[in-house]
Amino acid sequence: MSATIAKTLDMKGFACPLPIAKTAQAIRELDVGDLLEVLATDPGSVPDFAAWSGSTGHALIESTETDGVFRFLIRKG
Amino acid sequence: MAATAEAVREAKDEAVHAPHRKLVIMAWSGDLDRIWPTLILGTTGAAMGMETTVFFTFWGLFPLVKDDVRITGDNWMQKLLSTMDRPGLEHVKLGKMNFAGAGPAMMRKLARDHHVASPHELLELAKDLGVKLVPCQMTMDLLGLHEDDLIDGLEAPAGATTALLEAQDATTLFI
Repeated sequence: MSATIAKTLDMKGFACPLPIAKTAQAIRELDVGDLLEVLATDPGSVPDFAAWSGSTGHALIESTETDGVFRFLIRKG
Repeated sequence: MAATAEAVREAKDEAVHAPHRKLVIMAWSGDLDRIWPTLILGTTGAAMGMETTVFFTFWGLFPLVKDDVRITGDNWMQKLLSTMDRPGLEHVKLGKMNFAGAGPAMMRKLARDHHVASPHELLELAKDLGVKLVPCQMTMDLLGLHEDDLIDGLEAPAGATTALLEAQDATTLFI
């Protein structure tokens, strides 16, 4: 299990549904097990990424916030 | 962050047990206030891995006409209708407070300022994420619309039976 981030998607400043929709696009390019990091500032993205992860089978490993920036770490399932 | 982690786990458990993996949206209106949420929900459904289909019927079909097609229809009445209600996603109006186009122009300006995706951007995202966009054959006949009047990337036109069959085991929204 590698901890290297395969791709970072910067969705800071973007509103729903772009962070999720662009994440769905970005994760297609990765291999199973790869890590995708998403940065966002939309507070709605916190519950949305949790729901999206549960719905798609991609694991939400981390959901943290630093100075108003939400960071989601997703392992492709 | 413990509370957040807990909320994340609960939301995940709930989502895994979601009964429907299909989303069907009946888009019957050509108003911006309806077509915008239709595209947001359709895009999100596909992003969530839901098999997503949007049926465009009646006035809902106008936003699928190419923006540069000015007049549609085969007879004078169909043509007159298209001049009164200009087709194309670029030209959709608000159902309320349209103010001769000032309302939608302000909404689009606000959306740009707040980085909310435009209807055009969402439509492209929807197509890329595999949302099936189905025009209603009956409406096409009624309004004299032909496939070359409509934007690219649509499914073959279909009827109400196809829409209802698709909706039988899906979460269905009528927007």
